[in-house]
Amino acid sequence: MPQILQGLWITIQATIYGSLVSFALGLVWAMALRSPTRWVTWPVSVFVEFIRNTPLLVQLFFLFFVLPGWGLTFAPLTTGVIGLGLHYSTYTSEVYRAGIDGVPPGQWEAATALNLPRRRTWIAVILPQAFRRVVPALGNYVIAMFKDTPLLAGITVADMLFQANSISATTFDYLEPITVVGILFVVISYPTSLLLRALERRLVR
Amino acid sequence: MTGALWQLFFEGLWITIQLMVYSAALAAAVAFGIGLARTSRFWIVRFLSGVYVEFFRGTSALVLMFWLFFALPLLGWQLVGIWAGTLALGLSYGAYGSEIVRGALQAVAPAQREAAIALSFTPWQRLRKVLLPQAVPEMMPPFNNLLIELLKGTALASLLSIGELTFQAKLARLSTGQSAEIYGIILVLYFAVAFVMTRIMRVLERRAKASVGRAVPKGEGWFSRKLPVEKQGPEALATGGKP
Repeated sequence: MPQILQGLWITIQATIYGSLVSFALGLVWAMALRSPTRWVTWPVSVFVEFIRNTPLLVQLFFLFFVLPGWGLTFAPLTTGVIGLGLHYSTYTSEVYRAGIDGVPPGQWEAATALNLPRRRTWIAVILPQAFRRVVPALGNYVIAMFKDTPLLAGITVADMLFQANSISATTFDYLEPITVVGILFVVISYPTSLLLRALERRLVR
Repeated sequence: MTGALWQLFFEGLWITIQLMVYSAALAAAVAFGIGLARTSRFWIVRFLSGVYVEFFRGTSALVLMFWLFFALPLLGWQLVGIWAGTLALGLSYGAYGSEIVRGALQAVAPAQREAAIALSFTPWQRLRKVLLPQAVPEMMPPFNNLLIELLKGTALASLLSIGELTFQAKLARLSTGQSAEIYGIILVLYFAVAFVMTRIMRVLERRAKASVGRAVPKGEGWFSRKLPVEKQGPEALATGGKP
Protein backbone atom coordinates (compact mmCIF):
# COMPACT_ATOMS: atom_id res chain seq x y z
CA MET A 1 0.00 0.00 0.00
CA PRO A 2 2.67 2.63 0.80
CA GLN A 3 4.28 1.73 -2.48
CA ILE A 4 1.04 2.36 -4.34
CA LEU A 5 0.59 5.67 -2.54
CA GLN A 6 4.06 6.62 -3.69
CA GLY A 7 2.89 5.79 -7.20
CA LEU A 8 -0.21 7.91 -6.62
CA TRP A 9 2.01 10.89 -5.86
CA ILE A 10 3.87 10.41 -9.15
CA THR A 11 0.53 10.03 -10.93
CA ILE A 12 -0.70 13.29 -9.44
CA GLN A 13 2.51 15.09 -10.32
CA ALA A 14 2.31 13.87 -13.90
CA THR A 15 -1.29 15.04 -14.09
CA ILE A 16 -0.54 18.50 -12.72
CA TYR A 17 2.51 19.18 -14.88
CA GLY A 18 0.87 17.62 -17.91
CA SER A 19 -2.18 19.84 -17.40
CA LEU A 20 -0.10 22.97 -17.17
CA VAL A 21 1.75 22.11 -20.38
CA SER A 22 -1.50 21.30 -22.18
CA PHE A 23 -3.23 24.48 -20.98
CA ALA A 24 -0.39 26.63 -22.28
CA LEU A 25 0.16 24.80 -25.57
CA GLY A 26 -3.58 24.51 -26.23
CA LEU A 27 -3.93 28.28 -26.03
CA VAL A 28 -1.05 28.63 -28.48
CA TRP A 29 -2.73 26.27 -30.98
CA ALA A 30 -6.12 27.94 -30.55
CA MET A 31 -4.71 31.39 -31.22
CA ALA A 32 -2.53 30.17 -34.08
CA LEU A 33 -5.59 28.59 -35.69
CA ARG A 34 -7.29 31.99 -35.72
CA SER A 35 -4.37 33.59 -37.49
CA PRO A 36 -5.25 35.26 -40.79
CA THR A 37 -2.26 33.67 -42.55
CA ARG A 38 -2.81 30.24 -44.07
CA TRP A 39 0.88 29.48 -43.62
CA VAL A 40 0.24 29.41 -39.88
CA THR A 41 -3.19 27.78 -39.76
CA TRP A 42 -2.49 24.97 -42.17
CA PRO A 43 0.56 23.36 -40.54
CA VAL A 44 -0.94 23.83 -37.08
CA SER A 45 -4.24 22.23 -38.00
CA VAL A 46 -2.52 19.28 -39.68
CA PHE A 47 -0.30 18.84 -36.63
CA VAL A 48 -3.21 19.08 -34.18
CA GLU A 49 -5.29 16.68 -36.26
CA PHE A 50 -2.41 14.22 -36.44
CA ILE A 51 -1.78 14.23 -32.69
CA ARG A 52 -5.48 13.89 -31.90
CA ASN A 53 -5.93 10.89 -34.14
CA THR A 54 -2.98 8.80 -33.04
CA PRO A 55 -2.63 6.87 -29.78
CA LEU A 56 -1.05 8.56 -26.80
CA LEU A 57 0.80 5.36 -25.95
CA VAL A 58 2.57 5.30 -29.30
CA GLN A 59 3.39 8.99 -28.98
CA LEU A 60 4.91 8.29 -25.58
CA PHE A 61 7.00 5.45 -27.02
CA PHE A 62 8.04 7.71 -29.87
CA LEU A 63 9.25 10.40 -27.48
CA PHE A 64 10.81 7.94 -25.07
CA PHE A 65 12.87 6.11 -27.66
CA VAL A 66 13.53 8.88 -30.15
CA LEU A 67 14.40 11.94 -28.07
CA PRO A 68 17.59 10.39 -26.64
CA GLY A 69 18.63 9.61 -30.20
CA TRP A 70 18.36 13.32 -30.96
CA GLY A 71 20.59 14.07 -28.01
CA LEU A 72 17.74 15.04 -25.67
CA THR A 73 17.82 12.82 -22.62
CA PHE A 74 15.10 13.39 -20.05
CA ALA A 75 13.89 11.50 -17.01
CA PRO A 76 10.96 9.20 -17.87
CA LEU A 77 8.57 11.45 -15.93
CA THR A 78 9.62 14.49 -17.97
CA THR A 79 9.14 12.59 -21.21
CA GLY A 80 5.72 11.50 -19.95
CA VAL A 81 4.75 15.05 -19.07
CA ILE A 82 5.81 16.26 -22.51
CA GLY A 83 3.79 13.49 -24.14
CA LEU A 84 0.68 14.00 -22.02
CA GLY A 85 0.89 17.77 -22.36
CA LEU A 86 1.32 17.66 -26.12
CA HIS A 87 -1.47 15.13 -26.61
CA TYR A 88 -3.98 16.91 -24.43
CA SER A 89 -3.05 20.34 -25.78
CA THR A 90 -4.78 19.33 -29.00
CA TYR A 91 -7.95 18.77 -26.99
CA THR A 92 -7.67 21.88 -24.88
CA SER A 93 -7.14 23.95 -28.03
CA GLU A 94 -10.63 22.86 -29.03
CA VAL A 95 -11.94 24.01 -25.66
CA TYR A 96 -10.32 27.42 -26.07
CA ARG A 97 -11.72 27.65 -29.57
CA ALA A 98 -15.23 27.06 -28.27
CA GLY A 99 -14.60 29.54 -25.46
CA ILE A 100 -13.32 32.20 -27.84
CA ASP A 101 -16.18 31.58 -30.28
CA GLY A 102 -18.55 32.04 -27.37
CA VAL A 103 -17.46 35.64 -26.84
CA PRO A 104 -20.11 37.79 -28.53
CA PRO A 105 -18.91 39.26 -31.86
CA GLY A 106 -19.91 42.69 -30.57
CA GLN A 107 -16.93 42.54 -28.25
CA TRP A 108 -14.54 42.27 -31.21
CA GLU A 109 -16.32 45.08 -32.94
CA ALA A 110 -16.20 47.25 -29.85
CA ALA A 111 -12.46 46.63 -29.56
CA THR A 112 -12.04 47.65 -33.19
CA ALA A 113 -14.17 50.75 -32.60
CA LEU A 114 -11.98 51.70 -29.66
CA ASN A 115 -8.99 51.24 -31.94
CA LEU A 116 -7.38 48.75 -29.56
CA PRO A 117 -4.32 47.03 -30.96
CA ARG A 118 -4.71 43.33 -31.69
CA ARG A 119 -2.72 42.22 -28.67
CA ARG A 120 -4.66 44.41 -26.26
CA THR A 121 -7.90 43.10 -27.75
CA TRP A 122 -6.87 39.56 -26.93
CA ILE A 123 -5.48 40.23 -23.48
CA ALA A 124 -7.93 42.80 -22.18
CA VAL A 125 -11.18 41.90 -23.93
CA ILE A 126 -11.43 38.43 -25.40
CA LEU A 127 -9.42 36.11 -23.17
CA PRO A 128 -10.86 37.24 -19.80
CA GLN A 129 -14.36 36.51 -21.11
CA ALA A 130 -13.33 33.24 -22.72
CA PHE A 131 -11.60 31.87 -19.62
CA ARG A 132 -14.77 31.79 -17.54
CA ARG A 133 -16.34 29.46 -20.04
CA VAL A 134 -13.40 27.15 -20.48
CA VAL A 135 -12.56 26.35 -16.87
CA PRO A 136 -15.02 23.45 -16.39
CA ALA A 137 -14.21 21.93 -19.78
CA LEU A 138 -10.48 22.13 -19.05
CA GLY A 139 -11.20 20.38 -15.77
CA ASN A 140 -12.74 17.49 -17.65
CA TYR A 141 -9.51 17.04 -19.53
CA VAL A 142 -7.54 17.08 -16.31
CA ILE A 143 -9.63 14.12 -15.15
CA ALA A 144 -9.20 12.41 -18.51
CA MET A 145 -5.46 12.93 -18.27
CA PHE A 146 -5.41 11.58 -14.73
CA LYS A 147 -7.00 8.40 -16.05
CA ASP A 148 -4.45 8.21 -18.86
CA THR A 149 -1.40 8.43 -16.60
CA PRO A 150 -1.15 4.62 -16.22
CA LEU A 151 0.16 4.65 -19.79
CA LEU A 152 3.30 6.21 -18.36
CA ALA A 153 4.03 2.86 -16.74
CA GLY A 154 4.83 1.75 -20.29
CA ILE A 155 7.78 4.13 -20.35
CA THR A 156 9.01 3.13 -16.88
CA VAL A 157 7.53 6.03 -14.91
CA ALA A 158 6.95 4.68 -11.40
CA ASP A 159 3.25 5.57 -11.29
CA MET A 160 0.49 3.60 -9.57
CA LEU A 161 0.16 0.91 -12.19
CA PHE A 162 3.92 0.46 -12.36
CA GLN A 163 4.06 0.04 -8.58
CA ALA A 164 1.15 -2.40 -8.64
CA ASN A 165 2.94 -4.42 -11.30
CA SER A 166 6.16 -4.53 -9.37
CA ILE A 167 4.34 -5.63 -6.21
CA SER A 168 2.62 -8.35 -8.24
CA ALA A 169 5.92 -9.47 -9.69
CA THR A 170 7.33 -10.14 -6.23
CA THR A 171 4.26 -11.47 -4.43
CA PHE A 172 2.50 -13.18 -7.38
CA ASP A 173 -0.67 -11.52 -6.16
CA TYR A 174 -2.20 -9.63 -9.05
CA LEU A 175 -5.73 -9.34 -7.75
CA GLU A 176 -5.18 -7.04 -4.81
CA PRO A 177 -2.74 -4.38 -6.12
CA ILE A 178 -4.54 -3.85 -9.42
CA THR A 179 -7.94 -3.76 -7.75
CA VAL A 180 -6.67 -1.18 -5.28
CA VAL A 181 -5.32 0.95 -8.13
CA GLY A 182 -8.57 0.73 -10.09
CA ILE A 183 -10.60 1.74 -7.05
CA LEU A 184 -8.25 4.62 -6.23
CA PHE A 185 -8.89 6.01 -9.70
CA VAL A 186 -12.65 5.95 -9.16
CA VAL A 187 -12.32 7.36 -5.65
CA ILE A 188 -10.37 10.34 -6.92
CA SER A 189 -11.91 11.05 -10.29
CA TYR A 190 -15.59 10.73 -9.38
CA PRO A 191 -15.70 13.39 -6.63
CA THR A 192 -13.56 15.64 -8.81
CA SER A 193 -16.04 15.39 -11.64
CA LEU A 194 -18.89 16.17 -9.22
CA LEU A 195 -17.01 19.26 -8.11
CA LEU A 196 -16.50 20.30 -11.70
CA ARG A 197 -20.19 19.94 -12.46
CA ALA A 198 -20.97 22.19 -9.51
CA LEU A 199 -18.38 24.68 -10.74
CA GLU A 200 -19.82 24.52 -14.24
CA ARG A 201 -23.30 25.35 -12.97
CA ARG A 202 -21.88 28.35 -11.22
CA LEU A 203 -19.62 29.70 -13.97
CA VAL A 204 -21.58 28.99 -17.12
CA ARG A 205 -25.11 30.08 -17.53
CA MET B 1 12.65 -1.09 -43.94
CA THR B 2 12.42 -4.60 -45.32
CA GLY B 3 9.44 -6.51 -46.65
CA ALA B 4 9.34 -8.74 -43.59
CA LEU B 5 9.02 -5.69 -41.38
CA TRP B 6 6.11 -4.37 -43.40
CA GLN B 7 4.45 -7.74 -43.17
CA LEU B 8 4.83 -7.56 -39.39
CA PHE B 9 3.13 -4.16 -39.42
CA PHE B 10 0.24 -5.28 -41.57
CA GLU B 11 -0.37 -8.31 -39.38
CA GLY B 12 -0.46 -5.95 -36.43
CA LEU B 13 -2.73 -3.55 -38.26
CA TRP B 14 -5.14 -6.38 -38.98
CA ILE B 15 -5.33 -7.33 -35.30
CA THR B 16 -5.77 -3.68 -34.37
CA ILE B 17 -8.71 -3.42 -36.74
CA GLN B 18 -10.24 -6.64 -35.42
CA LEU B 19 -9.85 -5.41 -31.87
CA MET B 20 -11.46 -2.11 -32.82
CA VAL B 21 -14.42 -3.75 -34.57
CA TYR B 22 -15.12 -6.20 -31.74
CA SER B 23 -14.86 -3.63 -29.00
CA ALA B 24 -16.87 -1.09 -30.99
CA ALA B 25 -19.65 -3.67 -31.34
CA LEU B 26 -19.58 -4.40 -27.61
CA ALA B 27 -19.38 -0.70 -26.79
CA ALA B 28 -22.37 0.05 -29.02
CA ALA B 29 -24.42 -2.68 -27.32
CA VAL B 30 -23.43 -1.38 -23.87
CA ALA B 31 -24.04 2.22 -24.91
CA PHE B 32 -27.60 1.58 -26.09
CA GLY B 33 -28.38 -0.80 -23.24
CA ILE B 34 -27.15 1.47 -20.48
CA GLY B 35 -28.22 4.66 -22.25
CA LEU B 36 -31.81 3.40 -22.46
CA ALA B 37 -31.67 2.07 -18.92
CA ARG B 38 -30.77 5.54 -17.71
CA THR B 39 -34.02 6.90 -19.09
CA SER B 40 -36.03 4.12 -17.45
CA ARG B 41 -39.18 4.74 -15.42
CA PHE B 42 -37.86 2.71 -12.49
CA TRP B 43 -35.44 4.46 -10.19
CA ILE B 44 -33.53 1.30 -9.37
CA VAL B 45 -32.70 0.72 -13.06
CA ARG B 46 -31.63 4.35 -13.45
CA PHE B 47 -29.55 4.12 -10.29
CA LEU B 48 -27.76 0.90 -11.20
CA SER B 49 -27.00 2.04 -14.73
CA GLY B 50 -25.75 5.32 -13.27
CA VAL B 51 -23.41 3.42 -10.98
CA TYR B 52 -22.13 1.47 -13.97
CA VAL B 53 -21.42 4.63 -15.94
CA GLU B 54 -19.70 6.46 -13.10
CA PHE B 55 -17.58 3.45 -12.24
CA PHE B 56 -16.36 2.70 -15.74
CA ARG B 57 -15.84 6.34 -16.59
CA GLY B 58 -14.10 6.93 -13.30
CA THR B 59 -11.43 4.31 -13.66
CA SER B 60 -8.66 4.00 -16.20
CA ALA B 61 -9.22 1.77 -19.25
CA LEU B 62 -5.68 0.46 -18.99
CA VAL B 63 -6.06 -0.49 -15.34
CA LEU B 64 -9.32 -2.23 -16.20
CA MET B 65 -7.56 -4.12 -18.95
CA PHE B 66 -4.80 -5.19 -16.59
CA TRP B 67 -7.37 -6.24 -14.05
CA LEU B 68 -9.24 -8.39 -16.56
CA PHE B 69 -6.06 -9.94 -17.85
CA PHE B 70 -4.00 -10.47 -14.69
CA ALA B 71 -6.42 -10.38 -11.77
CA LEU B 72 -9.43 -12.20 -13.18
CA PRO B 73 -7.53 -15.49 -13.60
CA LEU B 74 -7.07 -15.54 -9.82
CA LEU B 75 -10.85 -15.58 -9.54
CA GLY B 76 -10.89 -18.57 -11.85
CA TRP B 77 -11.32 -17.05 -15.32
CA GLN B 78 -8.51 -16.88 -17.80
CA LEU B 79 -9.25 -14.69 -20.80
CA VAL B 80 -7.33 -14.82 -24.05
CA GLY B 81 -5.51 -11.51 -24.51
CA ILE B 82 -7.63 -10.19 -27.33
CA TRP B 83 -10.85 -10.86 -25.38
CA ALA B 84 -9.52 -9.16 -22.28
CA GLY B 85 -8.72 -6.17 -24.50
CA THR B 86 -12.11 -6.25 -26.20
CA LEU B 87 -13.96 -6.54 -22.91
CA ALA B 88 -12.04 -3.72 -21.24
CA LEU B 89 -12.39 -1.35 -24.20
CA GLY B 90 -16.01 -2.27 -24.89
CA LEU B 91 -17.10 -1.87 -21.27
CA SER B 92 -15.35 1.43 -20.65
CA TYR B 93 -16.04 3.12 -23.99
CA GLY B 94 -19.59 1.79 -23.78
CA ALA B 95 -19.98 3.80 -20.59
CA TYR B 96 -18.96 6.97 -22.44
CA GLY B 97 -21.23 6.02 -25.32
CA SER B 98 -24.21 5.54 -23.03
CA GLU B 99 -24.00 9.20 -22.08
CA ILE B 100 -24.17 10.09 -25.77
CA VAL B 101 -27.26 7.91 -26.20
CA ARG B 102 -28.90 9.39 -23.13
CA GLY B 103 -28.09 12.95 -24.16
CA ALA B 104 -29.43 12.44 -27.67
CA LEU B 105 -32.64 10.81 -26.39
CA GLN B 106 -33.22 13.67 -24.00
CA ALA B 107 -32.58 16.17 -26.78
CA VAL B 108 -35.58 14.94 -28.76
CA ALA B 109 -38.26 17.61 -28.47
CA PRO B 110 -40.63 16.72 -25.59
CA ALA B 111 -43.63 17.36 -27.83
CA GLN B 112 -42.58 14.38 -29.94
CA ARG B 113 -42.80 12.12 -26.92
CA GLU B 114 -46.14 13.60 -25.94
CA ALA B 115 -47.48 13.20 -29.46
CA ALA B 116 -46.50 9.55 -29.41
CA ILE B 117 -48.27 9.10 -26.07
CA ALA B 118 -51.33 10.85 -27.47
CA LEU B 119 -51.34 8.39 -30.36
CA SER B 120 -51.29 5.67 -27.68
CA PHE B 121 -48.04 4.12 -28.84
CA THR B 122 -46.61 1.58 -26.46
CA PRO B 123 -43.31 2.64 -24.83
CA TRP B 124 -41.47 0.30 -27.17
CA GLN B 125 -43.14 1.70 -30.28
CA ARG B 126 -42.48 5.19 -29.00
CA LEU B 127 -38.80 4.43 -28.70
CA ARG B 128 -38.45 2.60 -31.98
CA LYS B 129 -40.61 4.76 -34.22
CA VAL B 130 -40.31 8.24 -32.77
CA LEU B 131 -37.40 8.73 -30.41
CA LEU B 132 -34.57 6.66 -31.90
CA PRO B 133 -34.96 7.79 -35.52
CA GLN B 134 -34.59 11.37 -34.34
CA ALA B 135 -31.90 10.71 -31.76
CA VAL B 136 -29.58 8.56 -33.89
CA PRO B 137 -28.48 11.34 -36.29
CA GLU B 138 -27.65 13.45 -33.23
CA MET B 139 -25.47 10.66 -31.89
CA MET B 140 -23.34 10.28 -34.99
CA PRO B 141 -20.75 13.05 -34.52
CA PRO B 142 -19.96 12.20 -30.88
CA PHE B 143 -19.90 8.50 -31.77
CA ASN B 144 -17.40 9.32 -34.46
CA ASN B 145 -15.13 10.92 -31.88
CA LEU B 146 -15.60 8.01 -29.54
CA LEU B 147 -14.67 5.55 -32.28
CA ILE B 148 -11.39 7.39 -32.83
CA GLU B 149 -10.79 7.30 -29.07
CA LEU B 150 -11.47 3.58 -29.19
CA LEU B 151 -9.03 3.08 -32.05
CA LYS B 152 -6.39 4.87 -30.01
CA GLY B 153 -7.35 2.79 -27.01
CA THR B 154 -6.49 -0.42 -28.86
CA ALA B 155 -2.83 0.54 -28.52
CA LEU B 156 -3.17 -0.19 -24.80
CA ALA B 157 -3.62 -3.85 -25.64
CA SER B 158 0.05 -3.97 -26.64
CA LEU B 159 0.89 -3.89 -22.93
CA LEU B 160 -0.91 -7.25 -22.58
CA SER B 161 1.39 -8.64 -25.32
CA ILE B 162 -1.42 -8.87 -27.87
CA GLY B 163 0.23 -8.75 -31.26
CA GLU B 164 -1.46 -5.59 -32.50
CA LEU B 165 0.20 -2.70 -34.26
CA THR B 166 1.94 -1.10 -31.28
CA PHE B 167 3.21 -4.45 -30.05
CA GLN B 168 4.54 -5.37 -33.49
CA ALA B 169 6.29 -2.00 -33.58
CA LYS B 170 7.93 -2.85 -30.28
CA LEU B 171 9.20 -6.13 -31.75
CA ALA B 172 10.43 -4.35 -34.86
CA ARG B 173 12.23 -1.80 -32.74
CA LEU B 174 13.94 -4.46 -30.69
CA SER B 175 15.22 -6.19 -33.80
CA THR B 176 16.31 -3.14 -35.81
CA GLY B 177 16.77 -0.34 -33.29
CA GLN B 178 15.32 2.23 -35.70
CA SER B 179 12.97 3.87 -33.20
CA ALA B 180 12.17 7.06 -35.06
CA GLU B 181 11.27 5.38 -38.34
CA ILE B 182 9.24 2.60 -36.80
CA TYR B 183 7.19 4.69 -34.41
CA GLY B 184 6.82 7.34 -37.08
CA ILE B 185 5.41 4.81 -39.50
CA ILE B 186 2.90 3.34 -37.11
CA LEU B 187 1.74 6.79 -36.04
CA VAL B 188 1.00 7.45 -39.70
CA LEU B 189 -0.78 4.09 -39.98
CA TYR B 190 -2.98 4.90 -37.00
CA PHE B 191 -3.71 8.28 -38.45
CA ALA B 192 -4.66 6.73 -41.78
CA VAL B 193 -7.12 4.35 -40.12
CA ALA B 194 -8.61 7.16 -38.04
CA PHE B 195 -8.94 9.32 -41.13
CA VAL B 196 -10.78 6.62 -43.05
CA MET B 197 -13.07 5.94 -40.08
CA THR B 198 -13.93 9.63 -39.79
CA ARG B 199 -14.85 9.87 -43.46
CA ILE B 200 -17.03 6.74 -43.24
CA MET B 201 -18.77 8.09 -40.15
CA ARG B 202 -19.43 11.42 -41.85
CA VAL B 203 -21.06 9.66 -44.77
CA LEU B 204 -23.21 7.70 -42.32
CA GLU B 205 -24.08 10.89 -40.48
CA ARG B 206 -25.10 12.57 -43.69
CA ARG B 207 -27.33 9.62 -44.59
CA ALA B 208 -28.89 9.47 -41.14
CA LYS B 209 -29.63 13.19 -41.23
CA ALA B 210 -31.02 13.00 -44.75
CA SER B 211 -33.29 10.11 -43.74
CA VAL B 212 -35.10 12.30 -41.21
CA GLY B 213 -35.18 15.23 -43.61
CA ARG B 214 -32.61 17.28 -41.70
CA ALA B 215 -30.39 19.75 -43.50
CA VAL B 216 -26.96 18.33 -44.22
CA PRO B 217 -23.98 20.52 -43.36
CA LYS B 218 -21.80 20.90 -46.41
CA GLY B 219 -18.47 22.33 -47.36
CA GLU B 220 -16.36 20.98 -44.52
CA GLY B 221 -12.70 20.77 -45.42
CA TRP B 222 -10.64 17.64 -45.00
CA PHE B 223 -9.19 18.98 -41.80
CA SER B 224 -12.31 20.80 -40.73
CA ARG B 225 -12.35 21.81 -37.08
CA LYS B 226 -16.01 22.74 -37.19
CA LEU B 227 -17.64 19.54 -35.97
CA PRO B 228 -18.23 19.25 -32.24
CA VAL B 229 -15.16 17.41 -31.10
CA GLU B 230 -15.36 17.38 -27.33
CA LYS B 231 -13.56 14.34 -26.02
CA GLN B 232 -16.19 14.04 -23.34
CA GLY B 233 -19.13 14.94 -25.51
CA PRO B 234 -21.47 13.33 -22.99
CA GLU B 235 -20.48 15.81 -20.30
CA ALA B 236 -21.26 18.66 -22.62
CA LEU B 237 -24.55 17.07 -23.62
CA ALA B 238 -25.55 16.36 -20.06
CA THR B 239 -24.84 19.89 -18.92
CA GLY B 240 -26.67 21.57 -21.74
CA GLY B 241 -23.56 22.34 -23.75
CA LYS B 242 -25.35 21.02 -26.81
CA PRO B 243 -24.88 23.10 -29.94
